[in-house]
Amino acid sequence: MKLDSKIPSGPLAEKWTKHKFNVKLVNPANKRKYEIIVVGTGLAGASAAASLAELGYNVKAFCFQDSPRRAHSIAAQGGINAAKNYQNDGDSVFRLFYDTIKGGDYRSREGNVFRLAEVSVNIIDQCVAQGVPFAREYGGLLANRSFGGAQVSRTFYARGQTGQQLLLGAYSALSRQVANGKVKLYPRTEMMDVVVADGKARGIITRNLITGAIESHSAHAVLLCTGGYGNVFFLSTNAMGSNVTAAWRAHKKGAFFSNPCYTQIHPTCIPVSGDHQSKLTLMSESLRNDGRVWVPKTKETAEKLRKREIAPRDIKEEDRDYYLETKYPSFGNLVPRDVASRNAKYVCDEGRGVNETGEAVFLDFRDAIKRDGEDAVRGKYGNLFDMYEKITGENPYQTPMMIYPAVHYTMGGLWVDYNLMTTVPGLYALGEANFSDHGANRLGASALMQGLADGYFVAPYTVGDYLANLPYEKIAEDHPEFRKAEEEVKERVEKLLSINGTKTVDHFHKKLGKIMWNHCGMARNAAGLTKAKEMIRSLKEEFWSNVKVLGTGEELNLSLEKAHRVADFLELGELMIDDALHRNESCGGHFRDEYQTPEGEALRDDENFAYVAAWEYLGDGKEEALHKEELVFENVKLTQRSYK
Amino acid sequence: MSWVFKTLNSTLGKKLLMALTGLFLILFLVVHLAGNLQLLLPDEGRSFNIYAETMASNPLIRVVGILNFGFIALHAIYSIILTRHNKKSRPVAYAVSKASANSTWSSRNMGILGTLILIFILIHLRGFWYEFKFGEIPYVTYDGETYKNGYAVVAAAFENIAYVIIYVVSMAVLAFHLSHGFSSAFQSLGLNHKKYTPFIQKLGIGFAIVVPALFALIPIVMFLQSN
Amino acid sequence: MNLTLKVWRQKNPSEKGGFKTYKLSGISADMSFLEMLDVLNEDLSEKGEDPVHFDHDCREGICGMCSLYINGQPHGPHQTTTCQLHMRSFKDGDIITIEPWRASAFPIVKDLVVDRSSFDRIIQSGGFVSVNTGGVPDANEIPIPKVIADESFDSATCIGCGACVAACKNASAMLFVSAKISQLALLPQGKVEKRERAEKMVAQMDAEGFGACTNTGACSAECPKEIKLSNIARMNREYFSASLSTENI
Repeated sequence: MKLDSKIPSGPLAEKWTKHKFNVKLVNPANKRKYEIIVVGTGLAGASAAASLAELGYNVKAFCFQDSPRRAHSIAAQGGINAAKNYQNDGDSVFRLFYDTIKGGDYRSREGNVFRLAEVSVNIIDQCVAQGVPFAREYGGLLANRSFGGAQVSRTFYARGQTGQQLLLGAYSALSRQVANGKVKLYPRTEMMDVVVADGKARGIITRNLITGAIESHSAHAVLLCTGGYGNVFFLSTNAMGSNVTAAWRAHKKGAFFSNPCYTQIHPTCIPVSGDHQSKLTLMSESLRNDGRVWVPKTKETAEKLRKREIAPRDIKEEDRDYYLETKYPSFGNLVPRDVASRNAKYVCDEGRGVNETGEAVFLDFRDAIKRDGEDAVRGKYGNLFDMYEKITGENPYQTPMMIYPAVHYTMGGLWVDYNLMTTVPGLYALGEANFSDHGANRLGASALMQGLADGYFVAPYTVGDYLANLPYEKIAEDHPEFRKAEEEVKERVEKLLSINGTKTVDHFHKKLGKIMWNHCGMARNAAGLTKAKEMIRSLKEEFWSNVKVLGTGEELNLSLEKAHRVADFLELGELMIDDALHRNESCGGHFRDEYQTPEGEALRDDENFAYVAAWEYLGDGKEEALHKEELVFENVKLTQRSYK
Repeated sequence: MSWVFKTLNSTLGKKLLMALTGLFLILFLVVHLAGNLQLLLPDEGRSFNIYAETMASNPLIRVVGILNFGFIALHAIYSIILTRHNKKSRPVAYAVSKASANSTWSSRNMGILGTLILIFILIHLRGFWYEFKFGEIPYVTYDGETYKNGYAVVAAAFENIAYVIIYVVSMAVLAFHLSHGFSSAFQSLGLNHKKYTPFIQKLGIGFAIVVPALFALIPIVMFLQSN
Repeated sequence: MNLTLKVWRQKNPSEKGGFKTYKLSGISADMSFLEMLDVLNEDLSEKGEDPVHFDHDCREGICGMCSLYINGQPHGPHQTTTCQLHMRSFKDGDIITIEPWRASAFPIVKDLVVDRSSFDRIIQSGGFVSVNTGGVPDANEIPIPKVIADESFDSATCIGCGACVAACKNASAMLFVSAKISQLALLPQGKVEKRERAEKMVAQMDAEGFGACTNTGACSAECPKEIKLSNIARMNREYFSASLSTENI
């Protein structure tokens, strides 16, 4: 099968405009004859469901949480990029496009990324009109900040809760359509499968998480807005419920999965404190503006620290290794996320980690406090320091903070064309669930932008183009394909409940996470990946023979919910390893030890790997088939980054 | 007028009625106190008796008096309606509740405080208002005019230590009721402002201390005078 | 540390629930409260007992999904969410009573899980600005004074957890409703329909069966996002002025 990205021809800046003109329209009176399913109610899902309902389509919106407002987009802190150039500092749509392509290490599509930059300006207008209280200057106009090392100030923010405010904006638009009767909400409902008939996506099978009822929902199109799969690592900054199930079920029904190995690791998270840890908490990267990263120069000193024989403040200046400042004199502590993360791992691997688990480095504000005073530091970072103290019980004004990298975002996802349609006609993927815009690495403050761009401004056009060719009749919910899919889901529920083994679901999830983190995390190599693949295979076998899921299928059953998700993570983990193993280069969120410059930088191989890897599921236990979508760069020149 | 009923019937509307009647009763307390303090003047009740007669004969005051009874009734009835509604909103109580961590005792017990005050009002009305109006009262003559000697009735009542204690304790109850009720009424009316609210809150506390204290002073002083 | 937990167990909405006592040992002070419950649940699962069901998701204090009435206070002894409560706030040997939110508008689903969809319905009744996607003015078209934007933001930080309802002795939702009414009434974009919004949201709040406000201030004192009581005053103001001025007879 040849992958057709359907990027419109013509000059970059005119592609989207031209495409919008070329898509087929559905007559306003006919829109009400179509039904669209939206799975997930985060930024992408809520905005898409609201916008499609406003157009007149009938929408069913599903989420596993108790309310659409809980989706994990809510936890995004930093901000949202938009090429408004309100600061007159030389920003433009092209510059945002260029930064995004470059930041993604040249592994994304020019056409998609340019469109993202183009509609970014509309997003801000839309959110302000909804009543999103963005930060403002005294003159009453919107404030911006520079974020994640960008050279221009293009990030809009609402204190450290931008994701929350944007999501509540989209949620309010969604709620309005619920009141209008155009959206029907299905909270506490998990998608269990996609139904494909005659080569088209026709609906989904769901499980009501309260009653356990397995239900069929037929529709003309299905939009998956189900976020990323960072929880394959068990510990990540994702919410506890974040999962890959919807995307993975779609993958098994024919949707290709792209670049699963691209994983973004965030350098400034609160370190793991013990085996009980259930999730990791991110602290804003802005901390690196004033904090200095260091570990002791020797292993011996680090050991004493770990045993709490000495306090960090007792370590003399000459015994400290400010490794980022030494290694990267011009960028210092502000090197990009992946570089900062990897170097933290290296020093900890050398045995110089500073907390009890040996997996933490210091982020020290001593000098900033000396220079600017405690009040100034409190003014800038007060809430982050409070949060840190609340979680760790340590006062960062007196003793250095400890940080460690954690999985934060996954750039890979379902393969989609320019219309955001997967390889299954009628099945779309929006937001973090697709692979399309961030290449191998996502820039800070771009996740919110992409989710809302897809939902507010892309899908409402492109979905119509597909629907225009469809008859009004949906296939019935007792169609054999629905019956078959329902049966499969029920069998799976029964299977999980009947194993009655000795190990809990969490046990398997934690084990999988460790394998992934150790071998497919910040740095990967062929030997480790090969070993990990074997480990996952046997873990998967053990899971299906020895997992213990209590209770019944006809009630609220958290371990059953989790078992479904972990079963899918086990399969995804293997594909991530295949993907990481086949990509013999380092780029963005994929670093292979074998492929680095003499300075230890990621070494791309544009000649052989400037493509999107799209994996096709061929059946249980079979190796997946690799398809390649070559990336064509007509507007940017591929360069090697350097932060020395 | 359906919108009026709709508004007043909402939870906010019912609170509005509580606030408005409460504020009226607060105002009444001031007027009532001003009159009663005359009991303490060293003129054997002359000012008080004249004042009482003037009030009783003024038609406007009589209307206000009737309104006053109406508002007390309304305040009490609505508190019952609201309490029943609120109880229904939490049919199952918590096994462990640490409400002291988040609110004052009096704010949580306005119903109990109010009930005690209502009982007091009934005792008070029976003891004085009823006596003045329908009881056998001695008369007294000032400058040729005859007046009911209410002062004598009051003085006689406050010779009884039990009566004095009831009054003093009731005024303490009133103080707690007011300490929450005063500023709460403004909040219910939506009258909240960064500049004025702190003042209203302080005024409320001051009012809750001073007014009941002065009311309580009357029976204490009269009791001491009688011995 | 060693702890005794008294946890409300209830199989489903119709069955009668009750407290069950569990002993836990080896709890680390660095654990979050929910991680402590994870430990309990792992123990229970291994023993073949049904784990304790509770709502949670982001575990970083922002999604509003976690709840729990802990030793007589919503989200426990500190003004934070349960997921951000850590075991160092407790002592060895403590007895911890854990109850679900109690309100007729928050019916129990199972154990400690309650149904807060009444909050969603209140937002659906008017907690939005009626604009469609596209066709809106430029974001900088209408300047908004910084103080107003900041005040609106303070109200907008509500996470919809329901601690206000849980804390209120009347199970009143006024803090939640007023935060949304305030956020939108303060902004020029939300002013357009502020009167109808106030009327509709208050009507829906009442229809859901929440209690009335007696201004105890418990809601605000327990709110993990420190939403202020002044929001309730503003809602009252907005509602009464709407009622007097709209033309809805």
